[in-house]
This record gives sequence, C-alpha cells and structure tokens, in this order.
Amino acid sequence: MADSAAGPEIERLIALLAKLPGLGPRSARRAALQLIRKRDVLMVPLAEAMADAADKIKICSNCGNIDARDPCAICASPKREDSLICVVEQVGDLWALERASAYKGRYHVLGGALSALDGVRPEDLNIARLIKRARNGGISEVILALSMTVDGATTAHYITDRLQALGVSVTSIARGVPMGGELDYLDDGTLAAALKSRRPF
Amino acid sequence: MTRSLAITRLRLTDFRNYTRAELALDARPVALAGPNGAGKTNLLEAVSMLSPGRGLRRAKLDSLRRAGNGETAPAWGVAATIARAGETHEITTGVAPEAPNRRIVKIDGTNAPAADLTALIPMVWLTPAQDRLFMGPPGDRRRFLDRLTLAAAPDHARNASTYEKAMRERQRLLDDNVFDPSWLGALEARMAESGAAMAAARARTLSRLAEQIAASPDTAFPTAALALDGALEEAALAGETPETIAESFTRKLAEARNRDAAAGRALSGPHRSDLRVTHREKDAPAAQCSTGEQKALLTGLILAQARALAADHGIGPIVLLDEAAAHLDPDRRAALIAELNDLGAQAWLTGVESRLFEAFTTDAQMFRVETGEITPG
Ligand SMILES: [Zn+2]
Repeated sequence: MADSAAGPEIERLIALLAKLPGLGPRSARRAALQLIRKRDVLMVPLAEAMADAADKIKICSNCGNIDARDPCAICASPKREDSLICVVEQVGDLWALERASAYKGRYHVLGGALSALDGVRPEDLNIARLIKRARNGGISEVILALSMTVDGATTAHYITDRLQALGVSVTSIARGVPMGGELDYLDDGTLAAALKSRRPF
Repeated sequence: MTRSLAITRLRLTDFRNYTRAELALDARPVALAGPNGAGKTNLLEAVSMLSPGRGLRRAKLDSLRRAGNGETAPAWGVAATIARAGETHEITTGVAPEAPNRRIVKIDGTNAPAADLTALIPMVWLTPAQDRLFMGPPGDRRRFLDRLTLAAAPDHARNASTYEKAMRERQRLLDDNVFDPSWLGALEARMAESGAAMAAARARTLSRLAEQIAASPDTAFPTAALALDGALEEAALAGETPETIAESFTRKLAEARNRDAAAGRALSGPHRSDLRVTHREKDAPAAQCSTGEQKALLTGLILAQARALAADHGIGPIVLLDEAAAHLDPDRRAALIAELNDLGAQAWLTGVESRLFEAFTTDAQMFRVETGEITPG
C-alpha cells in the first residue's frame, strides 16, 4: 500500500482484516469501509464482541473445544452420551458436525494432523489427553472423523494403534465420502449419512 | 472411414510463441511442416494441454505464457472444439493472470477437474525427448509407463502422490531419528496401500499393451516384449491381490527402517521400478538396438497403447507425433500412416519437410508453420 489514502489507524485495520480467511486486501478495504460507515451499529459492537471473546474464550481442558467455560458446554452437558467420542482435527469440524445435529456423543479436538514434514508431532496434538479419556473407561466407541489426506489418514492410523491397545473399538466415518480435507465443506445431509455409515477402522 | 474423435477447432491465446492462432479442422490427420523453432512443437504442446497434467514437455504452467521483448503475457489459453462420437464439446484450458500456476479446465462452459479430460479426449504422444528412453535412467521409463497407465486409470495420479507424500514423511522421521513405531507404521501402511494400487495399475497397463502387441502381428514395427522390474509389480503380474501385496510390502518397509535411515532414502518400492523392453525379433534388450530400431520400437509401443485406449474407451485416442516420421524409412513411414488411419482418431504429426507426409497423399490436412504463423498448404 504505497500511496495510501487513509491514515495509519485505518491502514492497520485493513492489514489485520486482510489476514482473515477468504479476505484479500481488496475485500479487506471494503470491509473496513463498511465498518467505518456503520461505526455505531457494527464497528463498536464488533470491537466489544472481539474484546469480550479474546478475554473469555478458553480451550476446554477435556476435549480441546473452544468455549467461554472450561469444561466446554458439550463436555458439561448431561444430555450427551458419555460412551461415544468423535475425534476431529479442528474446532471447525466439530461445528460442522453440530450443525448437522446428527451426533449426540462427546468430542475430542486434536488441533491438527500429524506431519513430519510440517513438524507436527504427536506431542503437538491433543492425543495424550484422548488416550487418557479412553483409559478412564466408559468409552464404547471412538469415531474418527479426520480428513482424507495422507496426514489425516496417518493420524487416524496412529490413534487407532494406540486405542486398540486399550481395547477400545475405533470406527471411521464413511470413506469414499469426498471430504477433501474439511468436514466444513460437506452439507448437513451428507455429513449425517457419513456418520451413520461409519465402519471399523 | 468415419473418425469418432477429432479436434475441429483449435485456438491459442498467448501460448508460447503464438499471440493468437486459430485452426479450423476436419477429422483427417493434421500434418505440420516447417523449420525447427517455428512453433510446430508448441502447437502440439497446446493440443497436449487438452489432457490432464503438464503436457508433452512437462512444462511449468506459467512458462507456457508467451514471452518476448522482455515482457511476459499475463496468462495463456487453449480452446478447442472436439467432435466425439457424434457429439460436440467445447474444452478450454489455461491460467488466469492472478494465478499463473493454477490450471483452469472448462468442459462445455463449466469448470471441471483436469482428470475428466482423460475419458473425454484420450490422447497419447511421442516426442524426440523420448528418443533416449531405453538408454536413459529408469525414472524416464517409469514416467513413460505411468503416463500410459494414467490414460486408463485416472486414480493412478492420486495413488502416486499419496505414495510420494507418505514416503517423504517416513524419510523425514528416519532422518530425524524418530523411530516411533505407531507413526512409522501408519505411514508405511499408506505407502503400501497406494504402492500396491500403483503396481496393480502398472501391471494392468503392461498386460493390456502385451495383448495389443500380440493381437497385431502384421505391424511394420518391431515387436516389444515387456517386463516390469519391481517386486510389487511382479507380484501383481503373478496375480496376487493388492491386499496381499500391501501386506508383504508393509512388512518389508518395517524391516528396512534402519537400512533406509542409513541410506537417506527408501531403497525399495514402486518408486524404483523399471520397465524392461526387449526387441523380440532380435531377442535383444532395447538399449542395445540401433537408434533407428529404438525409435521404431517406441513408435510400435505408442501405437499399441493407442489401440489399447481405443479398446477401453470405444474411441480412438488423439495421437501426437513430434518429429516421429523423420527417423523412419519410407516403408515404415507409410505403415505408420496406415496404422494411424486404422485407429479411427485424429493424428497430429510434425516434420521439417512436407515430403515426409507424402504417404498421406490427399488424406491429410497440411499446414506450414513459420515463426508463429500457420498457413494451409
Ligand atoms: Zn470440552
């Protein structure tokens, strides 16, 4: 932004907005303009919501989900089945499954997938906690809903290896569903069907 | 005869040395004559971009943009109308200025994965770069076989990239001294699964080629006997199932961890396989034949591949032959043209002199190519 028309405050806002997924410099400028134009009804409430979220949001120490409380609402809910754990890579995947409202068990968010080349090792992921949850007992099935990439499949294999040693049954949501990485891209019906037709890993 | 697959219109925009070029064609073979460096191969390369992958020069996508006088065009495009089994399709491909390394493919106006082109417009090619195929490193022959395999098994590319990625992941662990058996085992399972699928597909390609070679004893080209050097492919050819092959490869990989760690790479697997070609009449390895015989063997292989594709798709493939006629004696040249005609699909040939195409008599569309200009005649 060599010949910037706006002052440093606005340039900083645009530069930060441009880092959001789906926003490039062009759409970040448009978003900034919109925020400024709707300062009272949009910009100020948004800034407050962000400060509030930044202040209160925690990572659930049980499952890795994000929420304002720890344990998270899903872990704390008495209506969820305790014997089922669905393992996902990212919180976004958990949200996608919740949107489909086809699953009534608990979750476990890994925070990524194993990749030696990217330097993501088992200790960088929320795997030890998952093993601990399984070891604590009362789990009848762990459902893996990981991406179909080499990293996702390797992670699924790795976790299965660890869990089977504990005698926990491990299933995988239907393969052949073109997940292409993220559950987020699937429509709710497909997601529900994939979950329903899960099979032993 | 009626040809069931042909390019009837081809338009190049800012592709290699062409600012803009347009050809209107019928189903007959297309013969391009002109001096070296005039752009004949570029035109063939443009046609090859109507199939998945990086074309017959394996070029980087952004390097296909026209460049000259210190300026590079922002994008390139190839548009074609094809007549296929009585139907017409519009195919466009190219890159956009904002992403010169990402290929866009449109079939009948709709974005499509490049892999969809395999079935729509099957294609094979032979280029001078392949002249040293039998003498060169195994990797060249492996790529040659994989390219043939890909034409019949679109999954092959995905399996190959899964295999490659899992192998690199495993090697990183070995290089870093991370001997975590669960993690290595998970990666080796990926390698074994995709490697067994690759080997099975290669073995199928080899068998289909061998069938086609056996079915055409009167060809003017020498007969190739084909074999695959590679434990997985040999097991697949012996009729073992991919599951059994994967199982034993998983075991071998686990045993080879220390060895591969010391070597800095995986020492065995389908990434090291080789295609072995023997000149059957001479009972000699292809690499020991004369340059001319090698070219004839290779031409015969490509024709066998074209017949195999025609059998698979029920439609003859487009055959691109760059400078292929020059190395053949007049009898073989005539035979090549006759065999291409029998295939029932459009062939594209280049040559420095138009007399190389005399055997076509009137049954070809002749063009002269000179410094980016294409003129009929
Ligand atoms: Zn939780």
